[in-house]
Amino acid sequence: MSRAADQGGDVTPTPDGDDGQAPLATAWRGSAAVGAAETSEGAQELSSRAETDPLVLDVEQGAVLRLPEGVALDPTDFDIEPSDDETMIINLGPQHPSTHGVLRLMLELDGETVLRTKPVIGYLHTGMEKTAEDLMYVQGGTNVTRMDYLSPFHNECVFALAVEQLLGIEIPERATWIRMLMLELNRMSSHVLFMATNGLDMGATSAMIYGWRERELLLAFFERVTGLRMNHNYIRPGGVAADLPDGWRADVEHLLHVFPRRLDEFDELFTNQPIWRARSEGVGVLSQAQAVALSATGPVLRATGVPWDLRASLPYLNYDQVSFDVITGTFGDVFDRYAVRINEVRESMRIIEQILELMPAGDYRIQDAKVTPPPRSRIDESMEALIHHFKLFTEGFKVPAGEVYVAIESPRGELGCYLVSDGSAKPYRMHIRAPSFANLQSLPVMMRGGLVADAVAVISSLDPVLGDVDR
Amino acid sequence: MGLERLNHNFLTGTLEDVVKWARYRSSWPATFGLACCAIEMMGTGAANFDLSRFGMEVFRASPRQADLMIVAGRVSQKMAPVLRQVYDQMTEPKWVISMGVCASSGGMFNNYAIVQGVDQIVPVDVYAPGCPPGPETLIHAILTLHTKIKDGEITRRRKETGAGANLDLGGTGRGEVLIPTGRAGGGRSRP
Amino acid sequence: MSDVAAAEPESPPEPERHAGALVTRSRGQEVLHPDLDTFVATVAALKDEGYVMCVDVTATDYREAPERDLPAGVTPERFELVVNLVAHEPPRRIRLRVQVPDGPPVAPSLFTLYPGTEAMEREVFDLMGIRFAGHPDLTRILMPEDWEGHPLRKDYPVGRVPVQFKAAPSSR
Repeated sequence: MSRAADQGGDVTPTPDGDDGQAPLATAWRGSAAVGAAETSEGAQELSSRAETDPLVLDVEQGAVLRLPEGVALDPTDFDIEPSDDETMIINLGPQHPSTHGVLRLMLELDGETVLRTKPVIGYLHTGMEKTAEDLMYVQGGTNVTRMDYLSPFHNECVFALAVEQLLGIEIPERATWIRMLMLELNRMSSHVLFMATNGLDMGATSAMIYGWRERELLLAFFERVTGLRMNHNYIRPGGVAADLPDGWRADVEHLLHVFPRRLDEFDELFTNQPIWRARSEGVGVLSQAQAVALSATGPVLRATGVPWDLRASLPYLNYDQVSFDVITGTFGDVFDRYAVRINEVRESMRIIEQILELMPAGDYRIQDAKVTPPPRSRIDESMEALIHHFKLFTEGFKVPAGEVYVAIESPRGELGCYLVSDGSAKPYRMHIRAPSFANLQSLPVMMRGGLVADAVAVISSLDPVLGDVDR
Repeated sequence: MGLERLNHNFLTGTLEDVVKWARYRSSWPATFGLACCAIEMMGTGAANFDLSRFGMEVFRASPRQADLMIVAGRVSQKMAPVLRQVYDQMTEPKWVISMGVCASSGGMFNNYAIVQGVDQIVPVDVYAPGCPPGPETLIHAILTLHTKIKDGEITRRRKETGAGANLDLGGTGRGEVLIPTGRAGGGRSRP
Repeated sequence: MSDVAAAEPESPPEPERHAGALVTRSRGQEVLHPDLDTFVATVAALKDEGYVMCVDVTATDYREAPERDLPAGVTPERFELVVNLVAHEPPRRIRLRVQVPDGPPVAPSLFTLYPGTEAMEREVFDLMGIRFAGHPDLTRILMPEDWEGHPLRKDYPVGRVPVQFKAAPSSR
């Protein structure tokens, strides 16, 4: 069950140790200087053309669409594919400032032009789906929230919705509206972070500073409501963990007041700026058919022109009671993906304004004693409350057997939770359909024929979160 | 030029102070953000919390140009050799801050996929707990590291544990660098 | 009322089928149960119906819980492949659950129908060990290349390391 590598071979001293003392002996395979052999991932990497299967070559080149009877559409202008000794395979990552986490990308280049791309992932694989089988449903949120760590509320929400569907319970209206509020604020903070990192990757270092200034406002609000800036475990099966604090309305109104002007600053800095446009227009183009074939969802899909947004098409929570537009692009290039996201921030603000009006009073979580722990103050008064509290936190509530798939629209695309229960207090199988995992498949198509300097812009425009990809 | 080749005496004492000051006042981190902690690390580098006041806003992509590796996030089995390779590529003096509980001990993920603490792979100087540690915690960890560099405690501990590059710093000029002699009761030599 | 008694015994109603596969409803969601050999044909039929995107391919190992809610006529096997499809016009979802027997488990690949399943099937292979016939590049994707075993199977342990809590050194 472990790496079938040589365990504790010869321990060679590190190069700069000049007194011959053995370096730190660690529990992990000794501390011998690690070379390329240790970090090689063999068959997962990009190999030379001669060694690669033609079907795999097609995938790496982004030849996605198949005409009937196996005729492949060649998505490039190149007449002749160069031979192996004219091209160079380079490795980008997994430690790299511009790959949004530990994404490793292998590119085959002809000069500066990218011919083939192969993402190698798994550098952040955390075994969360396996861990989920060991955690009770009330703990499941802590696990799931760390997958797409830029939109933790979305992860928690999809898990909670799946559990509630299996339980067959209806949560109170206020809980639903609170969830929607946090989800939309999270969408704003995630898209603002996208703009920050996208700007940084394209060379505008100040984008990070601007983006984080905005994000800190939102994180301060999250901290007020949930107690944490990130990875909140706030949305739980049955409702939310705590009610909104006093004064939340003023905070949200302040945010809505401040944000439009800040977004306009982004518009000035980026949208109308010639360098930005030259770097992003026409770069990393994805067509509608390719995006749908590659299971891309979210802004990546909408930028190609497909108006598919789960909030509008297959509404969940109370999204059918608020009005908002589905933002679509036209060309599916880097600029369109940026434009879709910045306008989605504006749409989120619109939704939040409506939530502010429509937020009802009521319970913030279902009052079913079998699912929701009793309020802490009651534990002192009532034996029953104490027993329920004890049972819920040591054994957890049992969920009837069955399986369900629930999906919501996270800032990255369709985030789904496939949950199988065997009737016990822990999930039998939990699978999260990660949007970034599927979106990464569009990389070869988008990179093909572009310059290596655009590679970073393209990856950044996909906005992958490796926690989501690798889980 | 480092402190290593100096004949430590009263003349070089001030020089050592200056070198140590330069080191901790501009310890450039290598970009090693892995997961959620990386987001908080970026937040610490941004305007609200600002690592620039410590001279650390330049996150160097090349480990050759970096002094400090902040391991921010969970280290998976696949990433572990890469982590070690990047650490090995860094030139001395180098320091490691293990940011977050996943890097310090495996965190909430005690399973097949996550290395239970990066100190199994690289020697760690400061552990910053939290999931993720807020910017304040990370800055506290960084300042602790700076204090350690200033006191020279790091070089002393490395000598004891055999971690790091095992550079022999010889005697001390002004008692700044303390070398344990292995005497019973843990004496320290102050020549 | 006695005339109402049927002259011939009523045959059980024809089980509902969609694109040739048996249908069940799970918490209000439509689920199809095709056989392993007709699975790709069912998916192709659904694609013609308008299910343009395959959003997810995953699998479950039912080793520990062999009893599950399956329609009559479907033999439960150790592995179950779950495929989620989505249609845009009109928006709707459908799910397919295919039983894959162990020994070793092999299933046909959906890559030719939906190129977006390439990475998803690799993940299922990596973590569950189900091989996909017709997949262009079936290698591990999340685990290191030299890893042995398929972590999400039920006979693969979580890998928990026992944590020893040592008493903190006394300040005295």
